Amino acid sequence: MLVADHITKKFPGVIALQDVCMELHPGKVNAILGENGAGKSTLMKILSGVYPEYEGRILLQDTEVNFANPREAQGAGIGIIHQELNLVPHLSITENIFLGREITNRWGMLDGKAMKDRTRALLDKLKLNVSPDTLIFDLKVGQQQVVEIAKALLTDCQVLIMDEPTSAITESEVEVLFGIIKELRDENKVIVYISHKLDELFKIADRYIVLRDGKTIESGEMKDINHDTLIHKMVGREINIIRNKGYEATTEPVLAINNINLKHPENQKRDLLKNVSLHLCPGEVLGIFGLMGAGRTELLETIFGLHRAHTGSINIKQQSTNFRSPGEAMKAGIALVPEDRKKDGLLLNLDVKTNISITTLDNLQSMGLLHDGKEQQLAKKYIDSLKIKTPSANQLTKNLSGGNQQKIVLAKCLATQPIVLMLDEPTRGIDINAKNEIYKLILELAATGMGIIMVSSELPEILAISDRILVMAEGSITAEFKAADASEDNILKAAIPKNL
Amino acid sequence: MTLNRQHFAKFQSLIALVVLCIVLSCLSDKFLTVDNGWNVMRQISVNICIAVGMTLVVLTSGIDLSVGSVLALCGAITAGLMKNGIEVHSSNLYIGFTLLGAILAGLFTGAGVGAFNGFAITRFKVPPFVATLAMLTIARGLTLLWTQGFPISVFGEKFGYIGTGWFLGIPVPVWISAIVVLTAVVITMKTPLGRYIYAIGGNENAAKLSGINVSKVKIIVYSMAGALAAVGGLIVTSRLDSAQPNAGISYELDAIAAVVIGGTSLSGGKGTIWGTVLGAVIIGVLNNGLVLLNVSPFWQQVVKGGVILLAVIIDKANSKSE
Repeated sequence: MLVADHITKKFPGVIALQDVCMELHPGKVNAILGENGAGKSTLMKILSGVYPEYEGRILLQDTEVNFANPREAQGAGIGIIHQELNLVPHLSITENIFLGREITNRWGMLDGKAMKDRTRALLDKLKLNVSPDTLIFDLKVGQQQVVEIAKALLTDCQVLIMDEPTSAITESEVEVLFGIIKELRDENKVIVYISHKLDELFKIADRYIVLRDGKTIESGEMKDINHDTLIHKMVGREINIIRNKGYEATTEPVLAINNINLKHPENQKRDLLKNVSLHLCPGEVLGIFGLMGAGRTELLETIFGLHRAHTGSINIKQQSTNFRSPGEAMKAGIALVPEDRKKDGLLLNLDVKTNISITTLDNLQSMGLLHDGKEQQLAKKYIDSLKIKTPSANQLTKNLSGGNQQKIVLAKCLATQPIVLMLDEPTRGIDINAKNEIYKLILELAATGMGIIMVSSELPEILAISDRILVMAEGSITAEFKAADASEDNILKAAIPKNL
Repeated sequence: MTLNRQHFAKFQSLIALVVLCIVLSCLSDKFLTVDNGWNVMRQISVNICIAVGMTLVVLTSGIDLSVGSVLALCGAITAGLMKNGIEVHSSNLYIGFTLLGAILAGLFTGAGVGAFNGFAITRFKVPPFVATLAMLTIARGLTLLWTQGFPISVFGEKFGYIGTGWFLGIPVPVWISAIVVLTAVVITMKTPLGRYIYAIGGNENAAKLSGINVSKVKIIVYSMAGALAAVGGLIVTSRLDSAQPNAGISYELDAIAAVVIGGTSLSGGKGTIWGTVLGAVIIGVLNNGLVLLNVSPFWQQVVKGGVILLAVIIDKANSKSE
């Protein structure tokens, strides 16, 4: 049995885990559930030795363990399959499985045959019918996933942690994976299964543990709980915002796009966007829902001038435009809050002020030199109006919490005084309070006449704040609902791709 | 918080420099003299010019290996134009160059070569290391073509003033490097361009999505590095009163060393011009001291390499302890 006993993990500016306790049983599939940012991945990284520093204790078979690195965790029998696959594409299956623990003969040379035999045995057990010499590059994603499992099974592991193992594989591959998981479970291993796909969990999991905002909320037997209660425990709150009366389009659209098509830059046969048309009026909140890979992000990026190879037209205030860069889009009054704030939104090693002012430096000069006073003033304005919690405008952004970082990205977009604000997953990985503040801000901005497009994969928020909802699947818009007509059911139905 | 750390790191190299000077003045009575002081500063002025350009490039998380060759090319172009002008035999055309014209032509050549580097890097996505490595060879080849492999020499007193003259009691090359340093400090600390340079090095994606024209900034930065190499070329050519086709070989390495000792991160986004100046001074003083102490040139190289390594190790330890 693997036990987490009062685990607390702090990062600069944010408490990722707070007093987390859980028991993971052998011979069971233990599901860990929680929304993005609930702390699932942090916990797994502690269990597998990636984060050696934390408060609290980890007990493995009743003895306390503290892994200094992933290798030690592996040695103690804890195998983990991370959400992102960690395979070297241009090495073979055998070479990947034995990476860092190669078998050598007495001359210190690689013993290719021994490794290949072990690999073949593992692949047989996992029913993957390919040669051990196959390059990872040539495998399908589902097959790569199986190789990851084989890698974890090589050192006879007692605990197998799987972080979102089905996020990139097809239905039939999922079935195979579940078969493997059940077999391993029957060998009395501790299986830890992380996912937020509830249907899947009801098929495979025996026990559940719900994490929310870094705390354990509840655990129990899967058979004693139903779908809705589980969702309620994961979300744990209603979105509490008060909408004034429904929006009615009375003016000309501020943004209208017609028949946008976009091909994959490296694979001309794949369509990223197919005949997408939409319009947005001033003061309107347009929600766009879609699953991973539906083309939502690509749509926003295309409008923002990041994909020049598209066809179709984009009109701002009835003017046809063709932006060649984000800079041009911003000049025309378009702003984008990108999906991944750390990768695309922030200069993490620079301070709050610099991050907020970076989009409008041209207005903050006198005689060609930056005017520090004007910059401070701008930063202060947004720190106050967006309630950004920071010790000062000179604090480095990497030391702030996710919610405050998100507000900084929002601030630098608002500084350009956009007429259309596009938000891509604006509340991903931030806590509830910050989420509610962001919702409130979005509605306030809309009330000032700004047109707002919000892309999200969280249904409750789409339903709560959109005036109108578009659903995307496989690069096309598959449905459009007025807020009053939309429900979780009809949105999800439209979002599921037809030919999986 | 990093600002404090950077200050501390700067402080640390300053202490290292002071200690170095004290030790050297105890070991050699020639070290702490006015003459030797000017001597050192004149010697490092070329490296400072190049290293300032290098700092800008490194801040964008790039590198410029071509500066040594560009220095030679630009020196040779200025020298050749000054001495011979351009003669086109077929059409009986002769263009003479004034001193200023020749100097400007050299500077523009440097900026042009740098712009070409930037273009290759941004338009064709050639990694900076490769693009400027190619230019290292190309520019050296062009220098040999232009000079036919022979030094071009004797230009008279006026041009010699750049490398050997004095102005208000201070050597002219020191004036030049001081102007270069101050301009670069203002650019990096006080202008949007400087801010964009740090932003691109810190997070190129975020910079692009903030509406910054990343390609343009990079091309400007590589042009500046090229032009500053050309400035170095003028000083070297003037001081020697001759443009050597093999001038500036491995100067890029001294410049990178100064940048690194000065605490600029090779992965970009972090560092200061002042740090680089300090780095260049440390290398200069070390060189000078080792010569005064009659250390064999072979050992000099070993010591210099060791100092570079030590500086980076200390810098890493600093950023970890935070």
